[in-house]
Amino acid sequence: MSFDILHIRHDFPILDILVHGKPLVYFDNAATTQKPRQVIDRLVAYYKKENCNIHRAVHYLSNQATAAYEDARKTVQQFINAKHPHEIIFTKGATESINLVAQSFGQKFIHAGDEIILTQMEHHSNLVPWQMLAEQKGAVLKVIPIDEQGEIEISGLKGMITDKTKIIAITHVSNVLGTINPVHRVIDLAHDHGIPVLLDGAQAVPHLEIDVQELKCDFYCFSAHKMYGPMGVGVLYARENILDQMPPYQGGGEMVDKVTLEKTTYNQLPWKFEAGTPNVAGVLGLESAIKYIQDLEVKKIHAYELELLDYATVELLKMENVRIFGNAENKTCVISFNIGNIHPYDAGTIYDKLGIALRTGHHCAQPIMDRYEIPGMIRASLALYNTQEEIDKFVEATKQVRRMLG
Amino acid sequence: MTILEQQSTIVQEFSAFDDWMDKYNYLIELGKSVPEIDEQYKVPNNLISGCQSRVWLHAAFRDGKIYFTADSDAVITRGLVSLLIRVLDGRTPDEILEASMDFIDAIGLKEHLSPTRSNGLTSMVKQMKLYALAFKAKSV
Repeated sequence: MSFDILHIRHDFPILDILVHGKPLVYFDNAATTQKPRQVIDRLVAYYKKENCNIHRAVHYLSNQATAAYEDARKTVQQFINAKHPHEIIFTKGATESINLVAQSFGQKFIHAGDEIILTQMEHHSNLVPWQMLAEQKGAVLKVIPIDEQGEIEISGLKGMITDKTKIIAITHVSNVLGTINPVHRVIDLAHDHGIPVLLDGAQAVPHLEIDVQELKCDFYCFSAHKMYGPMGVGVLYARENILDQMPPYQGGGEMVDKVTLEKTTYNQLPWKFEAGTPNVAGVLGLESAIKYIQDLEVKKIHAYELELLDYATVELLKMENVRIFGNAENKTCVISFNIGNIHPYDAGTIYDKLGIALRTGHHCAQPIMDRYEIPGMIRASLALYNTQEEIDKFVEATKQVRRMLG
Repeated sequence: MTILEQQSTIVQEFSAFDDWMDKYNYLIELGKSVPEIDEQYKVPNNLISGCQSRVWLHAAFRDGKIYFTADSDAVITRGLVSLLIRVLDGRTPDEILEASMDFIDAIGLKEHLSPTRSNGLTSMVKQMKLYALAFKAKSV
């Protein structure tokens, strides 16, 4: 193992708490990751010594806060290798980023009879905003199915694209199956037909190196809180020429140029899309989270997590009647599974009593549950601070669940 | 036995268990032994939808009293459901409307009644009381 796991665990104060008298084993990282003290300290420092509204006043604090906020934008730009800082829009999360695209780009460019292509593995966040748009406009959703392994059936995509297809919106990594989708192939195919592609990167950024110029995606969305940053902050990346054509999404302060009671002209990029006082502390916390994972190196994090994934998968499969959903060749450290006919809710209750935090249910991706014809799954999702020892506890707990409920 | 007496019997039963595991094993036992709901009542109309486990509840009104049968797809939920039925089955609408469900807290299973738990149990209590209200209105 290439990095010092004990040292890393020290950075996350919450990992020391007891749950029902037992040391916490936190395996619900796909829902949200825990925060290192570097991020927590950044939030506290901002509110203690830097708090001020930005872009609005000439006084010292406002200038400082504005500069810090705009520096954070550059940090994000470099993190995903966007061409310009103004291609980075701060939102309150990946969900809002996708809604912004649906209601701005979508309202302008998608009309009755037009088609939006998604996959069967989308999180509701990358499904419902498009359903809403489709309903408003009379557009049509088309869905790329997934196979038994939990991979999208990409061979069928070419046949689905028509001259009515206006956008392809797919997840980079599945929150349930862990599948890393072949997004390069999707983007190449889409661009051959002049169709823009949105990637939901919420589950990808904590695990994979992202280079939006290399990916050639048109939109990339992610949340800070799933990558060790604070809640309530997210990012929308979009190419400059697309953003320039998009109308504002929400109205309010900061997004305007000139306002009279009759007519308003809008600010330039990126502020045109950032109405109202932004979550400055959150953005600075996101910057700290980026620096944190960059210091550890995303490649090394992924390699370490894959070791954990392999170990946990092998150990789980030693047990009878364990069925893992999502066995893609390329996947992140997410294991969704069921144990025989044990209801996920029952299992989750027992895991909780044993101090193990994992998720049960449909994971905001009900179409996947329908695909496998089950009511829900148990999901263990790991992160850079998890250990083999914790996996051993989890495996022991799984045996306990079977003893009690099997 | 009044509702309160029935509740304190249950609290006493559970007080015999020292640790959570015995308590849950008992709950699971209860869940497995609860009589099945008549299949004809296991229909979407009787479904109380929580996010994670589903509960079916059927109520019948005879001679001024309400008789409940219920089922759930999760066995721990079934165990909890069986406790609610033991307490409220065969009661008058007024008794049901006045009943407090604090005994769930007293046996240390309060977390299952939390609205965020989304197991359908909170909605089930609500639904039982709604039945009581409806039958009461009907019988006046």
